[in-house]
Amino acid sequence: YLTAYEQKEHLKDEEEFTDILEERRRTTDLGYALRTFNPQPYKGAPTLSTSDLNKAVLESQYLCYIIKEIAMETGSSVEKVKEDASRILKEMSHNLQLGFIRLMGYTLNKVFKRLYRSIYVNMEGLNMLQQAIQESPVILIPNHRSYVDFLIISYILFTYDIPVPVIAAGIHVAIIGGLLRRSGAFYIRRAIGSDKLYWAVLLEYVQTIVRTGYAPLEFYVEGFRSRTLKSLVPKLGMMDMVLEPYFKGEVFDITLVPISISYDRVLEESLLALELLGVPRPKESITGLFKASGVLQEDYGCMHVNFGRPLSARQLCEGKINWSEYNLIPRNLPQRPTAETQDCVNWLAHLIVRTQEEGSLISPWSLMACLLLQTPFTTLTEEGLQWHQLTEKTLWLRKLVLDFGARLNWPDSEVMSSTVALHHSIVHHKEDRIYLVQDEDPARQDPLSPEEGVMRMAVVVLMLVSYRNQALHVFVRPGILATLFSFFCFLQDVFSNEFIFIPGRAVQDFEEACSLLQKCGAVHISQQEVIVLETGLEVLSFLQKLLQPFLDSYQLMFRYLCEKEDHVFTEEQFLPDVRNLATKLILSGTTEDQEPVIVENWFPLAQILGIVSQPAYQSLFLILALSLQSADFNLCVKLEK
Amino acid sequence: MKWNGWGYSDSKFLYNKKGQAEFTGKRYRLSGMIIPGLREWMESTFGANLQHKTPAAPILNSSAVQPPTLNEAFLKELKSTGIPFSHDAEDRVFRSHGHCLHEIFALREGKIGRVPDLVVWPNCHNDVVKIVELACKHNVCLMPYGGGTSVSSALECPPEETRSIVSLDTSQMNRILWIDEKNLTAHVEAGIVGQDLERLLNESGYCTGHEPDSMEFSSLGGWVATRASGMKKNIYGNIEDLVVHIKMVTPQGVIEKSCQGPRMSTGPDVHHFIMGSEGTLGVVTEVTMKIRPMPEYQKYGSVVFPNFEMGVACLREVARQRCAPASIRLMDNEQFKFGHALKPQVSSIFTSFLDGLKKFYITKFKGFDPNRLCVATLLFEGDREKVLQHEKQVYDIAAKFGGLAAGEDNGQRGYMLTFVIAYLRDLGMDYYVIGESFETSVPWDRVLDICRNVKARIVRECKDKGVQFPPLSTCRVTQTYDAGACVYFYFAFNYRGLSDPVHVYEQVEHAAREEILANGGSLSHHHGVGKLRKEWMRETISSVGMGMLKSVKDYVDPNNIFGNRNLL
Repeated sequence: YLTAYEQKEHLKDEEEFTDILEERRRTTDLGYALRTFNPQPYKGAPTLSTSDLNKAVLESQYLCYIIKEIAMETGSSVEKVKEDASRILKEMSHNLQLGFIRLMGYTLNKVFKRLYRSIYVNMEGLNMLQQAIQESPVILIPNHRSYVDFLIISYILFTYDIPVPVIAAGIHVAIIGGLLRRSGAFYIRRAIGSDKLYWAVLLEYVQTIVRTGYAPLEFYVEGFRSRTLKSLVPKLGMMDMVLEPYFKGEVFDITLVPISISYDRVLEESLLALELLGVPRPKESITGLFKASGVLQEDYGCMHVNFGRPLSARQLCEGKINWSEYNLIPRNLPQRPTAETQDCVNWLAHLIVRTQEEGSLISPWSLMACLLLQTPFTTLTEEGLQWHQLTEKTLWLRKLVLDFGARLNWPDSEVMSSTVALHHSIVHHKEDRIYLVQDEDPARQDPLSPEEGVMRMAVVVLMLVSYRNQALHVFVRPGILATLFSFFCFLQDVFSNEFIFIPGRAVQDFEEACSLLQKCGAVHISQQEVIVLETGLEVLSFLQKLLQPFLDSYQLMFRYLCEKEDHVFTEEQFLPDVRNLATKLILSGTTEDQEPVIVENWFPLAQILGIVSQPAYQSLFLILALSLQSADFNLCVKLEK
Repeated sequence: MKWNGWGYSDSKFLYNKKGQAEFTGKRYRLSGMIIPGLREWMESTFGANLQHKTPAAPILNSSAVQPPTLNEAFLKELKSTGIPFSHDAEDRVFRSHGHCLHEIFALREGKIGRVPDLVVWPNCHNDVVKIVELACKHNVCLMPYGGGTSVSSALECPPEETRSIVSLDTSQMNRILWIDEKNLTAHVEAGIVGQDLERLLNESGYCTGHEPDSMEFSSLGGWVATRASGMKKNIYGNIEDLVVHIKMVTPQGVIEKSCQGPRMSTGPDVHHFIMGSEGTLGVVTEVTMKIRPMPEYQKYGSVVFPNFEMGVACLREVARQRCAPASIRLMDNEQFKFGHALKPQVSSIFTSFLDGLKKFYITKFKGFDPNRLCVATLLFEGDREKVLQHEKQVYDIAAKFGGLAAGEDNGQRGYMLTFVIAYLRDLGMDYYVIGESFETSVPWDRVLDICRNVKARIVRECKDKGVQFPPLSTCRVTQTYDAGACVYFYFAFNYRGLSDPVHVYEQVEHAAREEILANGGSLSHHHGVGKLRKEWMRETISSVGMGMLKSVKDYVDPNNIFGNRNLL
């Protein structure tokens, strides 16, 4: 299977990552939890207790200024506003305690050893992080694909004697929230809106942590856990707050460490699919946790945590920031960043997410998911896909991915069958054929209603879609090129809310895509023209198909918007409506009286339940899934205007 | 005076046969003493080594100096005035530079660039008037020269200048013309150097109190032309507060005010066109200055703080209460260690025992971290009663910020170092170490940030530029104001292994200045702009500001007779 060169490369990759569970399996959990923990913090930074931190925040000149301002505006007394601020801070603040870190270490040790075969960490990245922490305040920015992400970084840092981070988290629920608080989580409300006092407390709190640098700060630049396992367009609020101390010169530099966490199998895979389909997610409560304990019996393969090269904000922002804007206003007064600064932060945030993408490891399963989703639906549900067909195609795709420069998690030639076994909730392997898992519950008596059937299938397909999405970033650039060559830039624009493009880099992205396609022999690029080669059709068609569903889904949205009679609607109403339209289309099986463009694209879709002839059914599920992501909603509204 | 280093020829640091550092001569308190800690400090701070020497060229090679471009007509008329002049190579080279690192480094290597073609020594205001008239008539370029202590490349001859360059040396205009005891002013010729002015005034029981670190050599005219600042400005004020009347000779004639009123509302103060003009508009010839009776009592002092942050907070509080002593300076930890290394050999066991006891008390008993603590040096002046009262007030404030009084001796040594530190650079240059200081002024809320960031920037830039050894990057807060402070940075490194050390040095200094400006610091507090910092003038004072200054220059000196090309 592997050429000598590939084997060598592969060995190198192996060396890069160390399984940190291996040692844990040899020692006792208690011994681990009680180990000496003596991290080296940021140079000269005094340790700051929770109460000292909160006191510093409340007494800060900035917050006092805002409190006075609010008191003036609202006519209430300064004391009253101060109390409000104090309450907000209480709700927000972390309560990092070494004892709880140890408890967390002990528990996670047990859990992780059960769930995962291995947790691979790149030691070189960890070493660089250790170094960086001593030089400047460090911001850890992992991608967010699973709840497991939440404490894995703390767990690793505790293991390697590096100061454990304080973590920005969404608003929490009683008991478990309290536990996480003690492990270093602080809480941010989901919708802050125009609550001036809340913003002020948050800003001062975050910046005090950054300025003192006594612990790394961890946050998710994507804002939410990605339910489609695809990177989300970064949110800029936290990024702004975190970088401002550097822009104001309150710290010499800030080190940003993108972290890519990749899972063979995501713990809450079916939960994600249900959430995408609009089934409300369970609250993060104790009962939820117990329910999750069924999860503990399962095998989730390996996890890779790739600590990216520390990035210096100072170096990255060089020449992009005009400092003098900060020179004429006192430090402690609120100041709106200029457009120039905002652009810089936006660019930086995108760069971080791209770096996360590049640092993540593509699993064989992601590749298989790509292929399965391009297989005719009936093949998967009825005849089954021949195993050797799948493996051959997977190996072909593997080469393509490597040509595209992605990192691949491909330990040995057995990996394809083992990965299929790992994902028994999605596919099953019978008599040398692969089938989609159709009904998990054979005991059921009544036949499913058509709607329920769609839903049931949707869950499985969406899981596949999610795993496919993990590899999407590798293909997205050449994919776009293959899809709509002349509209490359147009599409980048359309997709800027869907995938990560560093703003202002369309030309480089285009060139990158071209060179990748040339590298795999799909196109020939001479000085004047680009020629699509015979040999490249396979690659091009693969890439094309990969992006088609996204276009289809956008089109459905447009159709909904065009058909809609009243022009005012709410977000809550919009998503279910689109979902209904999709279901209706499928069930009606015909769209004859529609405009030709839409008919063309939706005709095959409509036939899913009957005679599916094209692999476009996934588009449907994707639309069903476009549920909670407001970015997509915004785009639609924007385009409608 | 040395021709390629700082100060008097008889005073310098050297390593004696035993490898101990020693300061020669008799002029300073440190003169003739052994400094046992210096060698180890130099070795550990810079990685310097006594084996690796970089000695300077001992004597000036006159043949390396370009022959003068003389304007014969000008020379002929100058001769007829009887004003002394010279085109001797040594005289010209001596007036071709200030004390920037690159200037001294080049001299030590025997490299001589463009130098003035002629040196003239006017003896009085009228001589200057004659010289300027002749210069205008014959279109020669005039460059005023006072004490030659510039650190802004202000004395460098512009290489593009094709006219004959005449250095106008004011050193012979060094008399006090009168003292007015009723109004407490003195009328002084502008060529007088600081120490002579103080000495002469002291003889009559007065002083100006203006003591810039360069006061041994810098001149009154230079102070006015660069907006100088003195160590004791808290009592006496900076030069702009001290000056009552200025007489300056320009190509358009003499500018002076008609009276000596203490304050006037007569449009923008024309003195402010003169102060800071850096020799681009004319020559300051006479100045009326405020004088004060000599202080009855002087007392030094020092305070140790657990860290720099506390020290700055204390200085800020002192400024807030407006109770700053004549001088208050805060050194960071590196400079504290440096000061420590410069302690002369103690003669008695008792003193060293006491020193040990003090150290024990501060680090062990009080728990100060020797790698974080810092020291403020203080100088009180006035009548005895008030000084003691003032002293108590300041020490009480210091105590609130964890400060411990650390004795008069430490304070006094701190101020003495001011005068010898420039000599020390010459010692460093003998052993591959180059460095310099630069300054800024900054609002209080940015003092800590600017100190931290500029120091860190220097370290990072050195690393990036391939400097093989960690640099010395240290700072001190040297002046306090109501709204901010003056910060001084010292920066030096061992340049072994670098092919063009001066270029590296300049790049790092440039980056450090960018960092200062980015952190809200000023382009200069008192060193001036010269040619070294010209590139930042527009962003500093805005395009309109530049236009205002240019239009003054265009009116006063349309033919650019005062063509040193500083400032604009």
